[in-house]
Amino acid sequence: MGKKKSTFLNMTLTLLITTVVAGVSLGFINDITKGPKAKAKLEQKINALRSVLPEFNNNPVDEVLLVKTKVARDSVELYPAFKDSTRVGTAVVGSSEKGYSGLIKIMVGFNPDGSINNIEVLEQKETPGLGTKMKEDKFIRQFRGKHPSTFSLEVKKDKGDVDALTGATITTRAFNEATQMAYDVMIEQQKNPEN
Amino acid sequence: MAERLSQKQNFLKGIITDNPVFVMLLGMCPTLGVTSSGFNGLGMGLATLFVLLMSNIVVSLVKSQIPAKVRIPAFIIIIASFVTIVEMVLEAFIPFLYEQLGIFIPLIVVNCLILGRAEAFASKNNLLSSIVDALGMGIGFTIALTVLGIARELLGNGSLFDIRLVSEDASTLILFILPPGAFIALAYLSLAFNKITKTT
Repeated sequence: MGKKKSTFLNMTLTLLITTVVAGVSLGFINDITKGPKAKAKLEQKINALRSVLPEFNNNPVDEVLLVKTKVARDSVELYPAFKDSTRVGTAVVGSSEKGYSGLIKIMVGFNPDGSINNIEVLEQKETPGLGTKMKEDKFIRQFRGKHPSTFSLEVKKDKGDVDALTGATITTRAFNEATQMAYDVMIEQQKNPEN
Repeated sequence: MAERLSQKQNFLKGIITDNPVFVMLLGMCPTLGVTSSGFNGLGMGLATLFVLLMSNIVVSLVKSQIPAKVRIPAFIIIIASFVTIVEMVLEAFIPFLYEQLGIFIPLIVVNCLILGRAEAFASKNNLLSSIVDALGMGIGFTIALTVLGIARELLGNGSLFDIRLVSEDASTLILFILPPGAFIALAYLSLAFNKITKTT
């Protein structure tokens, strides 16, 4: 080991060459993976839209509205869905930072009357086996067809209508908050479509 | 000592006699952190195997060119580059696994198993031995993580590679999915592993 002597010049050159080679090869790989990365993200979004919305045949991704509201800090993505130019629903990305391990992002699909069609979890870092059960049909089922104006988005412990996940009440609260946010954004956008 | 081993022994030492997880207890952070399911354990094991193999190859090739005093920073740059490559490739082509492994991919950089093999083995041995060593150690690590993941998933979630074996409502030993369960499962698996390998 170390046939080269540890002189100042040798050490500097070695580290310089190592970092340059590393930098160049990383840049190269980044160029290769950039396309597929963006494609994978888009595909995930389209799959989520398909699962939360009723059948549609426009391209909601192209018609996305970024809504700025009081209820959310950042602008919220709102996807209108049409079938043969009739509005069939709206998908809104709701989020909450009150999850057990931070940010939870969900996509909520609403029917034109404002009731929930389906919900898909986009991003979460909850505890595997506890909080992650919010992705399962058994939990999401209770929201389908419910209208947030009559179905209180609070867990039963807080006198609401939502059955909390066993051992993951905090996750459920955050999930509810994100759903509520999505609903509020949709309602607000309907009132002032110019936003 | 390592030089005297045949390639077969060199390969098997990583899996059995010097298994990085069950015998040497190296790389505990990913071992305990990501093994909440069999699939995660397997994914993490394979990602580590790839990084270990590539870093051993490169370190073994450039070992005579690197002055002794800067060898650690040089090794870390090499390892970090391969980890970043793995991260980018996973995000682009296997986004599902990328999301599951999350923070633990960048942490492969500081997995002491990889730097340990670069320093203790690849920097002293020829290319072939280093490749065999990386494969043995990497496969040993992958097997250990997968077994641990399977055990925890089975006990904690009642499923095997995401296939449910019990009904959705059945109560499982959730403890095993949580971090303390990782320690308990690892301890018992390590005990069993050493019992079996030492007696035969």
